[in-house]
Amino acid sequence: MSLRESPFGELKVPLTWTAGVAVAVAIVAAIALLVSDRRDSFRAEAYGATRGVADQVLAPAGDALSAPGRWTGAGIDTIKGYFFAVSENRRLKADLKEMSQWRDVALALRNENARYRTLLGLKTDPPIPMVAARVVTDARGPFANTRLANAGREKGVKVGNPVMSENGLVGRIIGVTEGASRVLLLTDTASKVPVMIDRTNARAILTGDGGPNPKLEYLRGESPVKEGDRVITSGDGGVIPRGLPVGTAVRGLDGRWRVVLASDKSPIDFVRVLLFQDFTQLVNQRELAEREVPPPTAGALTIAPQPAVPPAIGAKPAAPPAVKPADAASKPAAASAPRPVSGAEKAARPGEKPSTVKPSTVKPAAAKLPAKPPPSKAVSAKAPVGAKSPAGPKPAARAEPNAPSDAEEPPT
Amino acid sequence: MSAVRSLEPWRWIGVPMLQVLGVTILFGIPLRIWGLQLPEPVFPMAAVFAWGVIRPSVIAPAAIVLMGLLLDVFWGGPFGLWALCLLVAYGVVLASRSMISGQGRAALWGFYAVVTALAFGVGVIVAGVKDKNLPGLIPLAWQYLATIVLYPFANRLIEMFEDADVRFR
Repeated sequence: MSLRESPFGELKVPLTWTAGVAVAVAIVAAIALLVSDRRDSFRAEAYGATRGVADQVLAPAGDALSAPGRWTGAGIDTIKGYFFAVSENRRLKADLKEMSQWRDVALALRNENARYRTLLGLKTDPPIPMVAARVVTDARGPFANTRLANAGREKGVKVGNPVMSENGLVGRIIGVTEGASRVLLLTDTASKVPVMIDRTNARAILTGDGGPNPKLEYLRGESPVKEGDRVITSGDGGVIPRGLPVGTAVRGLDGRWRVVLASDKSPIDFVRVLLFQDFTQLVNQRELAEREVPPPTAGALTIAPQPAVPPAIGAKPAAPPAVKPADAASKPAAASAPRPVSGAEKAARPGEKPSTVKPSTVKPAAAKLPAKPPPSKAVSAKAPVGAKSPAGPKPAARAEPNAPSDAEEPPT
Repeated sequence: MSAVRSLEPWRWIGVPMLQVLGVTILFGIPLRIWGLQLPEPVFPMAAVFAWGVIRPSVIAPAAIVLMGLLLDVFWGGPFGLWALCLLVAYGVVLASRSMISGQGRAALWGFYAVVTALAFGVGVIVAGVKDKNLPGLIPLAWQYLATIVLYPFANRLIEMFEDADVRFR
């Protein structure tokens, strides 16, 4: 049936209404896209293939477009260097004289520091490898402050890596593709970086608002900051290493504490991406979680080892462990009693299926324990949700999810 | 304009869209002159306003979504933010078209400023909800001022095509 023959063939819809419906549908689609957006996430896949491909295309285009500006800048620098060579030489000599004194102080401090580290047996952070990149595009509006750098996955850049200029912290990587990576600047509204005041060690969160001077939020204590204080990264949370220069504290026009960014001293045309990995990322969590239980002390009473293989159906269950409640109470609770598996532990053992461990299967040892836990157990039970698991031995009951059925009785 | 031009979509939607996106990319290069950065106006706002005034269209909303998404990808903002802001601006112009068409340049410029403020207001709300953090007033004001001075480009587009379709005069 042709359109003319259909009952709707002669239907005439006003174009304004049709356009209105199209606008409404498009608004719904835009809202759906906004809701699904996770640009500031630490998950690499959250950045999306569309953005990745677009960045891959934009990086060489931006590089080519910004080339004339770079060449002009380099030419001006050459001319300035030629005409101001004498004054610059004078300034550099004065700087060198001052720096020579600081070098002696630095050498003495380095020596002293090394001795203290040796005495304390302190394990310092490993050196952080870096990748240099050129900024090829720059967004500086109130809703987005990002830059595109021409170093990507092929150079080992990962989502979350901190980015610095020669003067200070610039931001962190939020998207990586081949040949390009997107840097979320400290000034973006989505940027929240844990920092500290160098003088007082007071912690704060540096929050961007689209302007050149991000805010210092969640400052605690009495007068934790004053005008001119140096602000550095605190390293809290493990995403950005401690001690990177951020800027100087100033009182804003709105009365809030803000930071004049150190990276704004000069144009950010080249950046360094720190391929930083926190201790929690470097350490083998699985290996830590699967440590052997230490052998029992000779002569001490302990729980008999549970059979690793579950008995066949219909077979007689194994004999219950010969432990009296009084004996069990004298044992350290962490080694004998099972405890709920926290979120951090589950994350540390990605291979395990957290939901497959039924509550009944993690009960057996608890069934043989006294109802009232010893003090140490009470402390471990109060650990916050999501806290990292201690690297201590694993409870025997959790290692034996298929324990004999006689141990599945509820605790009395 | 003396000659009436035909109103083919690629002429009044396609070409302006490519022009505003090209200028946006050009203004996105990291260039500082005497320590000052280039302004970052929302160039597509001029085209969106002109499209709403010229005539209603089904293609225009699709072009606006595409343009908004490209802005978000290029600027690295939340995906869908500028698509939503521009669509709201277009919807308002479309709804009040009978009132604003035929007005003088100054009145249209004033209405353009109001519509732009509305679009920025939507952006502020979205940023507040998504990032739980409002953008600062000063950067907002700078981008707003840089955007409303673009009205002459919108006016030129309106003058070129507003008489092209007699049904929507």
